[in-house]
Amino acid sequence: MSRTALDALMQERGLLLADGATGTNLFMQGLESGYPPELWNDEKPDVIRWLHQGFIDAGSDIILTNSFGGSRYRLMLHGAQDRVAELNEKAARLAGTLAEQAPRPVVVAGSVGPTGEILQDAGGTLTFEEAVEAFAEQIAALAEGGIDVVWIETMSSTEETRAAVEAARKVAPGLPVVATMSFDTAGRTMMGVQPAALAAFAQEHGLFAFGANCGTGAPDLLLGVLEMTEAAPDAIVVAKANAGVPEFKDGDIVYSGTVELAGEYAKMAFDAGARIIGGCCGNSFDHVAEMRRALDDHTPGPRPTREDVEARLGPIQQQAAGHKCAHGHHGNDGEGRRRRRRRRG
Amino acid sequence: MSDNDNNEDDDLDLRSLTDEELAEQIGDDLYDGLKDEVVEGVEILLERGWQPYDVLTKALVAGMKIVGDDFRDGILFVPEVLLAANAMKAGMEILRPLLVETDAPKAGKMVIGTVKGDIHDIGKNIVAMMMEGAGFEVINLGINVDAEQFLAAIEEHKPHILGMSALLTTTMPYMKTVIEELEKKGIRDDIIVLVGGAPLNEDFAEAIRADAYCKDAAVAVDTARELMKRKHNIST
Repeated sequence: MSRTALDALMQERGLLLADGATGTNLFMQGLESGYPPELWNDEKPDVIRWLHQGFIDAGSDIILTNSFGGSRYRLMLHGAQDRVAELNEKAARLAGTLAEQAPRPVVVAGSVGPTGEILQDAGGTLTFEEAVEAFAEQIAALAEGGIDVVWIETMSSTEETRAAVEAARKVAPGLPVVATMSFDTAGRTMMGVQPAALAAFAQEHGLFAFGANCGTGAPDLLLGVLEMTEAAPDAIVVAKANAGVPEFKDGDIVYSGTVELAGEYAKMAFDAGARIIGGCCGNSFDHVAEMRRALDDHTPGPRPTREDVEARLGPIQQQAAGHKCAHGHHGNDGEGRRRRRRRRG
Repeated sequence: MSDNDNNEDDDLDLRSLTDEELAEQIGDDLYDGLKDEVVEGVEILLERGWQPYDVLTKALVAGMKIVGDDFRDGILFVPEVLLAANAMKAGMEILRPLLVETDAPKAGKMVIGTVKGDIHDIGKNIVAMMMEGAGFEVINLGINVDAEQFLAAIEEHKPHILGMSALLTTTMPYMKTVIEELEKKGIRDDIIVLVGGAPLNEDFAEAIRADAYCKDAAVAVDTARELMKRKHNIST
């Protein structure tokens, strides 16, 4: 089937299913921990095709390319910084070919993850310009390979996200841009960005959609989704939660989220206002297939409360400052302790 | 960063403060990541005859403790902590040579690294900086550290504490490998093993026979201090 534009498909369906985990599933195919999955676009394209096909068969409308760590700063850690163009273009073509062969429309999203460096504004060393340049290099290659949307994900810094968006506008001006952040620290990203702030950022920059991915389990992620849909009720919000939390069992790491829970999560994400729903780490083809079934059969319900989320999906892992902490080891006044005089230089 | 205060203190003269006020002001300036002000404050206290060790503990360490607590409680986030740590570092650069000269007591020594296969740096570096901020000597081995490198560093530096970090579910089991190597060499009980990283929890730490799981950098500092007291009878 020929490729369909994301906005047309969104308009037609009103709800789109994204895919599941890349890393978790590749590890099951023998990817060694620490080895960059992007190299498999070249070395093991059959496995990457298997991954995409698995999600297409599970019912995904959107599949993400295997290019999350495809920026020069990530690849540099493996001495592959000179292969940005090649690896990203291959990632896009692998997914694109399968999307075209699918019996129904499938959108190819070019995954762009963080550089792993900290920008200067946050006390790090990477300049904004360097970040834009690195993202531009990666996104240009993804665009060359034929992606339908630039999919910036697992971000924690607004500045870095801004750099990626700027890069996308520069080298792929015709493509829609989606950005999702990981709200894994006390209800914010580790850089302190709140879900509502991402909503404002997305509107300011004309993003096609924005939302939350990864982080610390579905309950926490849905709280972030609720905050975003409250801040921007008409926006297209993305929910891509991990399948529970990783647990150590008999020497192996397993994700606690069952396939059944994935269906519950998908329905709650919909009721929370998310319109692009999928999974992140720990989500197998079966998890995504269950989301498809659950969403297809779903009778929309009321907007869930925090209590509903906890009752149906399990406890919240990360408490926002000021929220009464059930673990009780550190109460705080929720106000911050900046209490004294200060001066500026 | 939001700033509720007005700016009437913009021209605050650090020299006009009493010793006690100045020590507290250094803490405030650390909190706000004001490097130059921290350096100036440290210099003034030294000029006034403060022992380097007192400047370290009563001004810098005390200030970083508040930064650490607010980080733990979700009031401060990574950018503020990094700026504070940079300011701390600038103050430490002045103090370090003086501390060596005066043979000041040390909080303890730590070897830290992100385990093999894992290239995540940020959280581990924050722990390293907060531990330095608490007066520990920290040897940071970086990322992708294998058991052999950990053991070599332990032999060379004889640390009280080994800190291991992993951000991936696929790399966290390697911590167990390192601990088993320590056991094989018969040195497991000579050292405090602290582990941390997003996917870990207390059960995991227990399962691999680490001494403690540290949820974040502030908890790492508190735990290190507590275990130093219990295990090595060193109190700071």
